[in-house]
Amino acid sequence: MSQISLRNVSKKYGDGFPAVKDIDLDIKDGEFVILVGPSGSGKSTVLRMIAGLEDITDGDLFIDDERTNDKAPRERGLAMVFQNYALYPHLSVFENMAFPLRLARHKRPDAEIKEAVNKAAELLELTEHLDRKPANLSGGQRQRVAMGRAIVREARAFLFDEPLSNLDAKLRGQMRTEISRLQRRLGITTVYVTHDQTEAMTLGDRVAVLRRGELQQVASPRELYEQPVNLFVAGFIGSPPMNFVPGRVTDGKIELPFVDLKLPEKLSGAIEGRDGDVLVVGIRPEQFEDASLVSEDQRDKGTEFEVTVDVTEWLGNELYIYVPFEPEESVRQTLIELDRELDGGGLRTQLVAALDAQSRVREGDKATLWFDSGRVQVFDPETGANLTRDDEVAAALGEEQEQLRQEALERGRSGAVEHGKAGAVA
Amino acid sequence: MSNLSTRERVLWIVAALVIALYALFPVVWIVSLSLKAPSDLANSQFLPTQVSFENYRLILVGEARDLFLPALRNSVIVSLASTFLAVVLATFAAYAIARLDFPGKRVILTTALAVSIFPVISIVTPLFDLWRIIGLYDTIPGLVIPYLALTLPLSIWVLSAFFREIPWELEQAAQMDGATTWQAFRKVIVPLAAPGVFTTAIIAFFIAWNDFVFGISLTSTDAARPVPAALAFFTGASQFEAPTGAIAAASVVVTVPVVILVLIFQRRIVSGLTSGAVKG
Repeated sequence: MSQISLRNVSKKYGDGFPAVKDIDLDIKDGEFVILVGPSGSGKSTVLRMIAGLEDITDGDLFIDDERTNDKAPRERGLAMVFQNYALYPHLSVFENMAFPLRLARHKRPDAEIKEAVNKAAELLELTEHLDRKPANLSGGQRQRVAMGRAIVREARAFLFDEPLSNLDAKLRGQMRTEISRLQRRLGITTVYVTHDQTEAMTLGDRVAVLRRGELQQVASPRELYEQPVNLFVAGFIGSPPMNFVPGRVTDGKIELPFVDLKLPEKLSGAIEGRDGDVLVVGIRPEQFEDASLVSEDQRDKGTEFEVTVDVTEWLGNELYIYVPFEPEESVRQTLIELDRELDGGGLRTQLVAALDAQSRVREGDKATLWFDSGRVQVFDPETGANLTRDDEVAAALGEEQEQLRQEALERGRSGAVEHGKAGAVA
Repeated sequence: MSNLSTRERVLWIVAALVIALYALFPVVWIVSLSLKAPSDLANSQFLPTQVSFENYRLILVGEARDLFLPALRNSVIVSLASTFLAVVLATFAAYAIARLDFPGKRVILTTALAVSIFPVISIVTPLFDLWRIIGLYDTIPGLVIPYLALTLPLSIWVLSAFFREIPWELEQAAQMDGATTWQAFRKVIVPLAAPGVFTTAIIAFFIAWNDFVFGISLTSTDAARPVPAALAFFTGASQFEAPTGAIAAASVVVTVPVVILVLIFQRRIVSGLTSGAVKG
């Protein structure tokens, strides 16, 4: 149980490549923080600097207000779960989990070690596998052993480095809930690296989005989704990703390729004094509706337009439709670059809409789409800044999340005591 | 083998038998020779007419004893010493090469390779002169040092290949678990590299144990002369009689430890390979 603070932390590799630039991050006691970003964003490097496996080039790392930059990994008292589990193949499951306890630093009597390991094994449903070697376990079991090794000792914090990326989709979902439950129950500060945004959105109390070694935004998943600070965060969070449609501001309206968008009162401040500029309008795929399925009074609040559907994908619970469009030449390059950065192919600009599965729109059809003009976001293509972000709403979302976290932690901790499983494990 | 047809299986067995016979024939012949009485030696028969332990008596307690036993002692000491040193040094060197990034790493590896393909005979004469000047001629260290030059390069190559296969995460995991660098090396890396270490040890031991060129050139008395060289100094009962029987007996005596060694280590190597399963 610890708080971890990074102050202006940077990492430069030997060849001068700056992997991490000037990161400031405060992780509270018992908080679950996710580091997320596309490949090469430096998220793993940040985690490994906290762990001590990577030197910090510049800046300070504090664990519980103690500067830890120069401490060896073993002196930091953190437990880490690696992407490939890093189980000791020559030791049994029991010995793998007992390993940290057997080292001189945490030396304990045998009976105590046995108790701690058995308790952790029970928690992770590994009791019947204790005598087996890691090579004979399934992927999910190995993953649990790796977690068991982390929880047997009284670690100050857990570090996870993409722990679920080697599992298949179904197991990944199960383990995700398992990790979430475990973290709440133990109430241990956790830093979790992933490139999977489902994990980021579901697990984290707060999510830190990184881009090329720079921190973009640290916020609750909800705030990231609804109030992203810039184009990058908006494009990274959400699947399918947010549509970015360029449009020129004329007479208080934005001319999109399909339709003129009139922003409602509360958002109109964003385009004030920008007549003639080209801005990027972000609309999430699920904000589109098939106009024929929208009730009359709703329709007035939004914008309607007609498109020719190129491709459809029917998923049972929703229907994706794709509509290619030609973006304004001046922002085309920005959009293509952004797509590349987000690990996309930078192929073509198209609109993706996630419609209700009941929609009868078919490929090649002309369809009328509707979206709520009050929920769009407007970005400056030069700086990437979100012009429609509402700091007050964002702050409220942050507070709400913090309160939820405290409650969940409280519940988890009291629950753990009730079940009599806190003891040596927690 | 279960999915082979009967025909294929027979062919495999026949092929295996042929190879085994080919490899074992000289060994059996030597054993048979060593058990022949002196009168039997030239009788052009494969098997001795009567099993006699006269040759073994000769080298172990008889007249050839003073020639053979010191040589055996020298061989054991020299081989064990050079094996031990080679394995220890190569383990550290290979670990550094596999894990650390330091200038000159490639140079070390290429030099090692160059040394191991260097023709041995060409360094014997300079070594002979040098050893005589600095007083290493006809001493045990005088043999151990050149053997190290032969065994180290090979050991470093074999071991660094083994170390490279061990994921670095394992060590980092150990460090996160609270191990010092040394503990991580000893408790995680060494056990995992054990099959490699044993393989290296066997190779290094054989190179030293089998060597003749250095053994004969760099020694002059039984202060350091190893068995392969000493065999050349065996004499018959009279100057008209070849010491074939005694040499055969001595050969058998020096072959036995090697066979035992292989049997012991082979089990370790096989078990190490199957339970290793380094892949996460």
